This record gives sequence, C-alpha cells and structure tokens, in this order.
Amino acid sequence: MSRRATRALAASAAALTAVTLSACASSDRDGEGGDPAAEASGGTLVFGAAGDPAMFDPAFASDGETFRIARQIHEGLLTTSAGGTELEPALAEDWEVTEDGLEYTFDLREGVTFHDGTDFNAEAVCFNFDRWHNFEGLAQSPSATYYYQAVFGGFADSPDPGIYEGCEAVDENTAVITLNRVTSKIPAALSLPAFSIQSPTALQEYDADNLAGSEDAITYTEYALEHPTGTGPFTFENWDRGNGEVTIVRNEDYWGEPAKLDRIIFRTIPEGNTRRQELQAGTIDGYDFVSPADYQTLEDDGFQVLVRDPFNILYLGFNHGNVEGTNANPALQDERVRQAVAHAINREEIVTSLLPEGAEVAINFMPPTVDGWTEDVRTYEYDPERARQLLEEAGAAGTTLRFYYPTDVSRPYLPDPAAMFQVIAEDLREVGLTIEPVALQWNPDYLQAVQSGQADIHLLGWTGDYNDAYNFIGTFFAEDQNNQASAEFGAFSAPEIFEALAQADAAPDPADRIELYQEANRLIKEFLPAVPISHSPPALVVAENVQGLEPSPLTAEDFSTVTLED
Amino acid sequence: MLRFIVRRLFQLIPILLGLSVLLFAWLRALPGGPAQAALGERATPEAIAQYNELFGLDEPLYVQYFRFLGRALTLDFGNSTQYGRPVTEVFLERFPGTIELTLLAMVFAIGVGIPMGYVAARRHGSFLDSASVVGSLVGVAIPVFFLAYLLRLLFAVELGWLPGSGRQDVRIDATRITNFYVLDGLLTREWDAAWDALLHLVLPAIALGTIPLAIIVRITRASVLDVVNEDYVRTANAKGLATATVRRRHVVRNALLPVSTTIGLQTGLLLSGAVLTETVFAFGGVGLTLRDAITYRDFAVLQGFILMLAVVYVLVNLLVDISYGLLDPRVRVR
Repeated sequence: MSRRATRALAASAAALTAVTLSACASSDRDGEGGDPAAEASGGTLVFGAAGDPAMFDPAFASDGETFRIARQIHEGLLTTSAGGTELEPALAEDWEVTEDGLEYTFDLREGVTFHDGTDFNAEAVCFNFDRWHNFEGLAQSPSATYYYQAVFGGFADSPDPGIYEGCEAVDENTAVITLNRVTSKIPAALSLPAFSIQSPTALQEYDADNLAGSEDAITYTEYALEHPTGTGPFTFENWDRGNGEVTIVRNEDYWGEPAKLDRIIFRTIPEGNTRRQELQAGTIDGYDFVSPADYQTLEDDGFQVLVRDPFNILYLGFNHGNVEGTNANPALQDERVRQAVAHAINREEIVTSLLPEGAEVAINFMPPTVDGWTEDVRTYEYDPERARQLLEEAGAAGTTLRFYYPTDVSRPYLPDPAAMFQVIAEDLREVGLTIEPVALQWNPDYLQAVQSGQADIHLLGWTGDYNDAYNFIGTFFAEDQNNQASAEFGAFSAPEIFEALAQADAAPDPADRIELYQEANRLIKEFLPAVPISHSPPALVVAENVQGLEPSPLTAEDFSTVTLED
Repeated sequence: MLRFIVRRLFQLIPILLGLSVLLFAWLRALPGGPAQAALGERATPEAIAQYNELFGLDEPLYVQYFRFLGRALTLDFGNSTQYGRPVTEVFLERFPGTIELTLLAMVFAIGVGIPMGYVAARRHGSFLDSASVVGSLVGVAIPVFFLAYLLRLLFAVELGWLPGSGRQDVRIDATRITNFYVLDGLLTREWDAAWDALLHLVLPAIALGTIPLAIIVRITRASVLDVVNEDYVRTANAKGLATATVRRRHVVRNALLPVSTTIGLQTGLLLSGAVLTETVFAFGGVGLTLRDAITYRDFAVLQGFILMLAVVYVLVNLLVDISYGLLDPRVRVR
C-alpha cells in the first residue's frame, strides 16, 4: 500500500467521523431477537464489539474485547458486584487472610464442574496458580502475561520470582495461597479475568502453556483458540474469524442461576458509526463504546443508553525533564509553574461542556469509589489571577510549553482529545503561557512519545482494572528500578511519595492501608506531578427489548442475566 | 506461448524482491512498532525494549530482512501479532471474501458498463451519450469511501433494503467449507445462507465497482466509435450483411478487445480498493484485515498480505495478456 493510500485511509476515517447524521429515522426495526419465539428467556443476542478478541485463554489476555468474552465463559475465585466494584465470592464462597497478610485460605464452592465435566476443586485452583507462576519463554513476555506480572511480579525462573510462594490443596474444597510479601492488590486482583480458573484437563490436553512463536509474534495455543474451558454460565461454541463473530451458548450445567439467553454472538464492527447504524437497522442488539455525541439520538430512537459509573481518570501530565535525549522544558521542575497550570484550568467548565452527563471533576488520581480516595487534599481551584502571579514569582511568565495530545482516538476518559486540548490550551494561553501544539496519532506514535518523556505537558488517563488504589496511583507514580518516577513524568524523584506508596501496598491491615493511601494522595497533590482533570462515565447501548444488562464501572458486564422481551 | 508465460513468471522475481525491500523499509520507518500496540497505553520504554528483544525486533534490519525473505520463500510469512496465528492462514481465511466482492464488483461493472458504453457510442452525440460521459467522469472522481458511505446510509440504514455490514447475517448458522460464503451456501444447499451472503455483497460491490464501471463505459464507447469507422465494417455493410450480424460479429467482437485489457487491469486494482470499501461495510476480507494491521502495526500481516496480493495482481495481468493474445490474432506473442 502506498503512502497515499494510507493518507486516504486516514482521510476517510476522518471524513466518516465528520459526517454526522442529522436525521436518523428509526428504520423499520422488527425488534426481534432473532428467535421469533423469544420470550423472557431464550433467544440470541447479537452484540457489536469494537475489535476482535485475541483468543480465549484469559491468562494471556490484557485487552477489553478478550476480557468481555472471557468473563462469560470463565470465572475466578472472586468477582465484583454487579454494577459496582465491591469484591464478591465467585468460585470461592469465602476467604480468610492471616494476621501477617501472607496466607489466604479460600473455601471453595462445591458441586461445580468445568465445561468438559472435570470437577472444580482445590487441586484445580492450585493447578492454575502454579501454571501462571511457571510460565516460560514467550509466555513471560509482557504482552502475554501483563496482569500476572503486574500483580505477582515474577515467575518461578525469574531473577525476582515475585510474591507468589505456593498453593496448597488442604482438602477437596480448601485452597491456601501463600505469598512472600504483602500486597494491597490481593485479593482484589483475583477478580480479574486474567486469574480465571480453567479446567486442568483441557489445559493439559490442548497444550495450553506452549506459546510457540517465531521472532515476530506469539502463536496462541489450540487451547486458547478453540477449547477454552471454564466454569461460567456460557460455553464457547466457535469463532468465525473470517466474519469476526464469536458464538457462546448457555451452559446447561451451570452451578448458579443459568443464563437466560440461548446464545450470544459477539460481532466485530470496528467503526463506531457503523455500530450505531447496525443497531438502528436492527441487525445487532447492542454495542459498547457509545460516542457521547450519540446518546441523545439513540435515546430519541428508543434505545437504552446504559451509563457506567466512572472508574477512570483523565490527567494533564507534567514532564520534569530529567530523561536523557528529550528536550523537555525544565521550567516545569519549579512547583510554582505546575501549580500555576493547575490554577489556570477551568475544570468545572470542561466537565460541563466536553464530557457526558455524570462526569465529575477529579481531585485525586482515582475515582471516589476507590478505597483510599480522600477529600482532604489540595485542590487548586480555578484562579487565573493566582496562576499569573505564580508564573511571575517563578520567573516563568510567557514560558513556551509543548502540549502533546492524541488524534484519531476516543477513550472512555477522553472522548474528544482535540476539543479537550483546545479548551485547556486556551485556559493556559489566558494566563500568559505560550502553547505549542503537538498532535500525534494515538497508537503508537503518541503513546510512545509520551511514555518516553518527549512532551512538556500531555493528556492521558487510565481505566481501573479492579478496586485498588495502587492500580491507579501506583501505576502512575511508583518508583521504577532506578528509584525515579516513570519517564512519562520526566523521571522525577520524590522519595516521600514512593515510600508512601510502597508502605500502603505492603500494609496487611485494610484500615491502615486506606489511611496510608490517603496520605499518598495528599503527598501527590502537594508535589503535583500532573493535574487530575475528570472522571467520565463510559456507556453501552442496547435495544428496547434487551433487559437485565447491568452496566459495570469495570466494564465487567455479566450477560447471563440478560433477557430479550417481546 | 509457453515460453512467454515462463518468461513473465520469471519477471515476477525482481518485482517481488523490490517490493519486499520497499515494504520492509517502509514499515520499519513508521514511528512506533508492534511493541507499543501490544503493550498498551502504559508501556514503559523498558517493557518495550524487552518485547523487542524477545521477538528479535532489536536486531539489525538486514538480518531481520533476510530471515523474513528466507521464510517467505517457503510461503511462511511469520505470525500475525494480532491473531497469534500464521499470516498465510489468516490470508486464506479472509481472501475468499475479497474475491467474492471483487468478482461481483466486476460483474456489475461489466454487465452495466459494456451495454452503456455501446449504447452511448451508437447514439453518438445524443443526450444519452453526453449523460454517460458526464456520469463516467463523476464515477471516476468520486472517492470510494464516500460513495460506500452514502450507499450504506441510503440503502441499508435509511431504507433498510439491503444489509449494510458484514458478510452474512450472524443469526444464520451457516456451514463453512471454502470460506466463499455464497459458494458454501450452494454446496451445502443452505439456500438462505447463500442468498443472504449474496445480498451482503450487493452494496459493497456497487461501491467498489463504480470506478471500473465508469472506465469501462468510456473505453467501450471510444472503442465502438473507432471500430464503426473501420474499413472492414464498411466492407461488411457494403456486402449487404444484416445490420445485427455486422454489429455482433464485427463491431462488438473487435470493440471488446481493448475493454478486456481494462477489465484485467481493473480487477487487479480492485484488490486494493477493497481496503476502503471493506472498512465502511465491516466486510471481513483482506482489506479490513489490512486496515487493522496498520492500526496494530502488525508487520507480518502487512508484509505477507501485500506480497501475496502483488502475486495475485501480476498473475491476473498475465492472464489478461494471454487472453488478449488469444482474442486478437494481430498481437504476436514472441
């Protein structure tokens, strides 16, 4: 393909986005769920996904489309409440942790079988934990096992084998997991799809661990592509890759309340506009990642826009400029300049004018629903006068800042990057700063530039994986192996922040931990490595006759409760 | 004839070699790489370095290139980073859809284009003639994706006459044999499935077929105008042959020679036009896959697909040349 064709592609994408539909007649939708006899149960739901799943072995997954499907066919020891972020029992009915926070005893649910008929028991649990810990070769690539590495920190044969010590099947229904270090990530992280318990029989039969691969890519295993075997309310039926369709069917032997639907088809439709039109034409029953611009149109057409509680953060990052080979602006090392930027931004205005309903101004780098969030932090009210004064004091009036922002992307925390850039840049110019815009394509150009510390200031954010403060502020501001913050923030050094994060993560007592995280939040807002801007609620949409889909802040929707009404 | 074919096939080698070098260099010159795409938005430079090391992306380019070339000779284009499977496998899964689409687009372009061009020429100077000339100018100029988008909006979204995305209604549980959905439906006697797959092809085929349609109209028109004024046609008319016979045996047959070349060339070009059309219609062929591969920096897929498409393109052209030689005795193949 020529450069011109690539440009044409980009142009076409831009044009498609630009063409907004003024009038969308709700065409003659028959409102059928495929099966004419669909009553309150049964029937087929067709759901529009934005991308193909990678495969179906969640141990090797880190993307949302893979997790969406994995969550329906697999289950972990724990899960999160429907529509919330509270930990709830799943395959473990109950759990206890020792005083020192190192030993977790899980009482397992009885009478559960995997889809292949294998019994679920303590041995199956330990088989899975040992499997993850003993991954070798390509399976240790961060692209394959991002979550295992993020939570457990290493493998059996790594120089640092991480925090997993072992797993013991005390009896049929009791498994004890031992750690060698306390971490706040456990047990909450065990609700992630990456830690689903899969059938040992099937894992062995289809050679699940053997990620072969050549120099340029991993080859997924037969298990991951064709035989994923979990305990969930749906079983995997097939993946029609040519057509981008994954079909899962009801598991008749499910241990809990069986699914209402006969089957679900997840169909890949990359273009947001196309997804909307397919819903309007009645060929799909719902889709995810609704553009905030479409909420009204869809609701007017009688569709249900299901808004999730926000579980994300958008921030404006500062670069301290300590990364070699970048030409970041050293002015940002002066905290007064950072404070001036914070005071210059009218975040109330941003939330009301640019973000969907339900969005809120952020004062911590985590949503209020996360344990460790606190009101008691410095908040930097909108005050352009104060901002000018601070710049004056720092001798930085009129400083030029290269402001990086992404194009061609819409993230749940950043629906319209260009508009966000415009508004913030205007606020900053207002207080006398000179803004040099740098717009880059999101993937990989923008991400790479920002993560390697090229920008002076930049927009980025994060959607949480589970209810744990470290998953937010630890991800952003924990120290790396060189005892500095990541290059994204210019590798600054702030030992008191690093210390607070490490202490909070290692505190075995939950009450202590929350206090320590609140302290970390206070310190971070004093130091101000970035300005927290907002939390935005992402949304999915379903047709009128789709009932029982509870939107989840973690995008962990459970489709087993869904029914198609007549 | 055989020598001619063999020689043409040998000419493929330098073409493909050159193309592979260009492709390889172009892809590596793109900012960023598969690592960032695979590792997501919080990938540290360290993690990216580790990934590159693991997958041999940190070695000198010429080493990577020769390794790629060595494998490519055995039709092994490596693995897709996106799908975790061999590129060749993914290609064979997706290519049938694009072939179906291209064929139907050509059927549309030829079936409408030749009669239109012929009528325009026979009514030289009439309103119909001018309309066809203007129409074909517009047809060539209109961007494919824009037309595709309009067609979708009008016939699929607003009127709901035809399906506007995908290759088949997902609720049809069709058996897959060849991955040519229409053919599969016929083979398994699942008439519904075949009909549905055919309906899904209509709008994208019209969008994709519009440019070749416009070109075919113009070439046919010009060619018929030329032939009508040839000596042998005058002779045939003078001999008192029936007008219909003259038209059939002398005018149409000879006028179609240049059109056949155009058809061949256009068919090859359609394979690339499919990227835009397939994107708009979420049609799972090679075009959509290429688009995603660009997004995810899936080098293996981009290299493998483009090289395989290049082979197809050259082979189609070869067929055209051969058929031309067979159709027109004046073309001497040495």
